[in-house]
Amino acid sequence: MKKTDVIIIGAGPVGLFAVHQLGIKGLKAVVIDNLDKAGGQCIELYPDKPIYDIPAVPECTGEELTKNLLEQIKPFNTEFFYNERVDEVKQDKDNWIVKTNKKNEFTAPNIIIAGGVGSFEPRKLSVKDAEKYEGKSLFYSVKNKDEFKNKNISIFGGGDSALDWTLELSKFSKITLIHRRSDFRGAPHTLSKIKKLENEGKISIKTPCQLESIIGEKNIESISIKFEDGKSEKIKTDAILSFFGLVMKLGPIAEWGLNMNKKTIEVNSENFETNKKGIFAVGDICSYPGKLKLILSGFHEVALASVECFKRARPNEKYRFEFTTSSKNIQDRLGKK
Amino acid sequence: MPKITYKDNHENSKTIEVENGLSVMEGAIQNDISGIDADCGGSMACATCHVYVEEKWLNKIPKAEEAEVDMIDMAYEPKKNSRLSCQLIVSDELDGLTVTTPEKQS
Repeated sequence: MKKTDVIIIGAGPVGLFAVHQLGIKGLKAVVIDNLDKAGGQCIELYPDKPIYDIPAVPECTGEELTKNLLEQIKPFNTEFFYNERVDEVKQDKDNWIVKTNKKNEFTAPNIIIAGGVGSFEPRKLSVKDAEKYEGKSLFYSVKNKDEFKNKNISIFGGGDSALDWTLELSKFSKITLIHRRSDFRGAPHTLSKIKKLENEGKISIKTPCQLESIIGEKNIESISIKFEDGKSEKIKTDAILSFFGLVMKLGPIAEWGLNMNKKTIEVNSENFETNKKGIFAVGDICSYPGKLKLILSGFHEVALASVECFKRARPNEKYRFEFTTSSKNIQDRLGKK
Repeated sequence: MPKITYKDNHENSKTIEVENGLSVMEGAIQNDISGIDADCGGSMACATCHVYVEEKWLNKIPKAEEAEVDMIDMAYEPKKNSRLSCQLIVSDELDGLTVTTPEKQS
C-alpha cells in the first residue's frame, strides 16, 4: 500500500493544478485517472478547441493548457496512475484507503476528487446482446492489432478512430466501414486514402446505414445493417470495432457515502470539503451555491482545499500563508534559486 | 415566454416556459427534465443532450452546423430529426416546439 499526503482522483486541469497547490505547501500527492493520459475533458473532448477564459492566457487549446500545467508541476515529481479507476474508498481512522480496479492501494489523510463528470468510457453499441460479444469479437479499442489479422472486420463510426483503423487494418484484413451518413469527419489526406482504397476495391464502405443486429452463437458470425431507405444487408463479420467516442460515467463515486446533488458532490465553499472529513471535491464535479463549471473556478477551489489538506496531513505544524514571489520555501520546492 | 414541450420515449410530456435566449438544453436542466444529461455543459462536446425534433419543426429551426452533425454521429440512436438541444436557442419563433428525448443518452 502506497502512503502519501493527498490522493487526487482525476488528472484534468483542476487535478493537475491541485498537485501544484499542494506541492508548494510541501505536500506529496498521487494522481489516478481512468484515461491513458493527463488532461481530462480538455484532452478527450476538445484538444484543439481554443479556450479564452484562463486568466492571463488570452487563448489556448485544451492540449496546450494541459501541457503547460504538466510543465508547471514538473518540480514536484508526482506519480501518475493512468488507465486506473478508483473503485473503493474506505475509512481507516484519520486516513482514507483507496483501491483501484487494477488492485493498487493507496492511503492518505486526504482525497481530492477532481473527477469532472466521471470517468471516460467508450460509448457502447445499443443493439440487443451486444455485451455478450464484448471483449471476444466486439471491441471498442484496439489493444493488439495482431488479433485483427486475416479477418472480416466491420468498423463503425465516422471519425478519426474509425478511419485510421480502417486504413491500418486493411493491410491484412477485409474491412467494411459503416457510417450513418455519407460524410466522414477526418483529415483530408486520410479521407483521400480511404477513397483510394475503396476505388481499388480493397475496402468496402456502407453508408448511410446503422447496425440492426448481430448474428452468432458464441462469437459474431455476421451482422445485419439497415440503410436509410429501409433495406437491410447481411455482412459476414468475425469482429466488430465500434468507435462512437467516449461517454462520462460517474461510476463508483456515487457509492462512497458522499452527499450528492444529481451527479455532483455537495461541498462547502470555504475549503470544498464534502460531508466526509478529509474528502474534498473540486472542479466540475462539486456543487455549492453559485457554482460555475469553469476551469478557473476549479483552480480557486484547489487552492483553498489544499490549505485544509495541509492541516490534516501535518497536524503538528502551523500553516503559514506564503507568496510564491517571496517565499524561500516555495522557491526551494519549485527548484528555483 | 415561449413554451417548449419535452417528451420522453414513453410519451410522457412536460410543457415548460423557457426564457428567450436560453437553449432548449438549459430549459430542460433548469426545470429538472429527465432524459437530457448535458454532461459537457453545452460546449458541443458530448452528445448527451440529444433530442428528436418534431418533424414539422425541422425546417423552421436553424440548420445544424457541421460540428453539431459530427457530434450527432456519437449520439445514442441518431435519426434524421436528431439535434443537440444545447444548440437550439429559444426564441418567440420556437414557441410550441416539441422535442423527444431518446431512450437513453449514452
